Amino acid sequence: MTLALLLAALLAVACVLTVALPFLREPEPESDSLEELDETERHRLELLEARDRALAALKELEFDHRTGTVSDDDYRALVGPLRREAAAALQALEGVRTFVTQVPVGEGRPTRERIS
Amino acid sequence: MAELGRAALIVTLGLTAYALVAGAAAAHVGRRRLALSAQNALVAAFGSTLVAAAVLLAALLRNDFSFVYVAQTTSEALPTAYTVSAFWGGQEGSLLLWLLVLTGFGAAAVRLNRGWARDLVVWVVPVFAAVALFFSFLVVVVASPFATQPAPVDGAGMTPSLQNPYMLAHPPLLYLGFVGLTVPFAFALGALISGRMDERWLVATRRWTLLAWTALGIGQLLGAHWAYEEVGWGGYYAWDPVENAALMPWLAATAFLHSVMIQEKRGMLRVWNVLLVILAFSLSLFGTFLTRSGVVNSIHSFTQSSIGPWFLAFIAVVVAVSLAVVFWRLPQLRSPTKLESPVSREAAFLYNNLLLLALCLAILWGVVYPMLSEAVRGEAVVLGRSYYDFFLRIFGLPLLLLMGIGPLVAWRRASLRSLGTTFRWPSAFALVTGAVLLGLGAGSSVPGLIAYTFASFVAATIVLEFARGTRARKALGAASWPGAFSSLISRNRRRYGGYVVHAAIVLLAIGIAGSSAFDTVAEARLTQGQTMSIADYRLTYESLDERSAANATELRAKLQVARGDRDLGTLEAGKNAYTIEQQISNEVGIRSDPLTGEDLFVIAEQIDPDGTIYLRVFVKPLVNLIWIAGLVFLLGSLIALWPDAREQRRLVERTRDVGVPATR
Repeated sequence: MTLALLLAALLAVACVLTVALPFLREPEPESDSLEELDETERHRLELLEARDRALAALKELEFDHRTGTVSDDDYRALVGPLRREAAAALQALEGVRTFVTQVPVGEGRPTRERIS
Repeated sequence: MAELGRAALIVTLGLTAYALVAGAAAAHVGRRRLALSAQNALVAAFGSTLVAAAVLLAALLRNDFSFVYVAQTTSEALPTAYTVSAFWGGQEGSLLLWLLVLTGFGAAAVRLNRGWARDLVVWVVPVFAAVALFFSFLVVVVASPFATQPAPVDGAGMTPSLQNPYMLAHPPLLYLGFVGLTVPFAFALGALISGRMDERWLVATRRWTLLAWTALGIGQLLGAHWAYEEVGWGGYYAWDPVENAALMPWLAATAFLHSVMIQEKRGMLRVWNVLLVILAFSLSLFGTFLTRSGVVNSIHSFTQSSIGPWFLAFIAVVVAVSLAVVFWRLPQLRSPTKLESPVSREAAFLYNNLLLLALCLAILWGVVYPMLSEAVRGEAVVLGRSYYDFFLRIFGLPLLLLMGIGPLVAWRRASLRSLGTTFRWPSAFALVTGAVLLGLGAGSSVPGLIAYTFASFVAATIVLEFARGTRARKALGAASWPGAFSSLISRNRRRYGGYVVHAAIVLLAIGIAGSSAFDTVAEARLTQGQTMSIADYRLTYESLDERSAANATELRAKLQVARGDRDLGTLEAGKNAYTIEQQISNEVGIRSDPLTGEDLFVIAEQIDPDGTIYLRVFVKPLVNLIWIAGLVFLLGSLIALWPDAREQRRLVERTRDVGVPATR
């Protein structure tokens, strides 16, 4: 009984320490705010996803055409729009990149912090 | 040590409550250290639950009958392996296992993703914590595994049917599957609440969903094999409510695994996908409710208990909150693209989804109907096997066919001419197979014949895809044919792993059709020396033996089996009388033919004191393909689950490009 209670107390203390660890490690941090992606970064992430999606679709179409799963006619009908989509995604991405590099530090881009 | 177990679970309850409140507050007000502290609380909750689990396991192994749970589920004579399996053999222990897996999965999923998806993970933590809080509340307040009593001399023992090696793996795998579905649910809800509707929640949960789905699939097959060998009624799936409870979330997860590809490839079906995730998770909770509430009569269910209303209330809250959040985020979930053609791969996947969902809902209706009829009319009306078989044929056969069609249709749109070329050989192969089987007499069961024909079509498409893919990789510079084959799979593990899983479903369909539509049954009352016949088998009753095992008395009828002129040796079937449990079980005799996959299945229904036996004998063609399908299913799942270095690199580059640290 006593041993069990002692072990239980030790467990509780260990858990409390684990939970308090971030505060014990950094009692007075420079900043305690969570890093969030700003609107531009979120938009950029979406464009990167769109780019990857378009490029992956092109790659898959090429391979399916090579294996014969996609016929010549279907390939010709599909490859054009897919290439245009990929090009549009790359272009949009380039536009965001140009915009970001033109914005001086401190104007719209929060400083980065690690939370892990 | 029961005090330690109780205290550890109280600590878990406190930690999960803290993770919920602190995690939600940190995410809402944007506090970094508080968010980290909530994440640590989830990890610590796993540690404290592990301590509680260790205490219960030690009590089981020491046969400490002062624990009510140990006394109710084990006995001194119970073999050690089954003593361990008693951990999940009773209600309180299985809830503790659930909590252990849940906190473990939660801690792992959060830690693995908090680097690259940190703004998403801060919202995932309170969702995980809310689910864990419910389960820790159950094991602390409602159904504690650490209740104590003055120790009796011996325990009540374990239900004989649970004393089977399959019970060592079947329930834990189902728990891994049920609980694993919490991961996609927590990430989906976290993404919805935070408004981070990009693809990261899908990427973060893809393998978790696949793992949960694989565990559920294998767990169900092991359960089916257990029923086949142990329950002794001549089948492997009885549409029992508790069996259905595992099948429904598996069907919903299968639909999600297909529709998520449409979101990844085309950015479509965003609302549909979150709804499927919510459905799969809610069904896993519903399955747990069915098993533990006592509302259904099933060989698998635990006794009537007080936790049913708690589960029902929790399911209601989960569904209501999830749907409210989906409704709130509807504008952000709108898809940027639309279905271009009803003849396309995404359309085929959509049809597949609709059929899977229809089958799932038909089963759900069959499960809840007895409860509803009892509530309304005061009499439980159970929907029988014919109800489920009807919907399995109506929805399952088209699903089987679509499994062959979908992967061979182009994304976006395909011309009918192209389809004609693509499906020329598989269709010809299927038609020839169907015609040959018809000639051989398979027309005695039309659904069976259709299943065989569709299965041969799908098999042909899979072989064709592997052959064409390997040839293409060889043409692209692979040094050898095996090298080309290996490169084909390693470059697209999900696609080709998926084809291997499809091959497993083909084997499963053939096995189910063969063993259920074309089986033979015969019954006979035999005295020693007499012979009975079934199909081309002859069984001669030779002797009746009685022997003692560790915890039971075994009575076995020895039968000499012959087929035509060939002697196939002896087969034993009989009964076990469990002394402590005061129960008798059927112990069936099975002779498998490794060449044809056929089983001769013998049940000794009755053994009279004078040695006369009443036998029921089945011949089940191709039934062993069902178990082989399990191995192929596991292989395909492992291929799809295996980490893909190229994909990892692409994700790392993408996140680095945005500025998020690339560690996962």
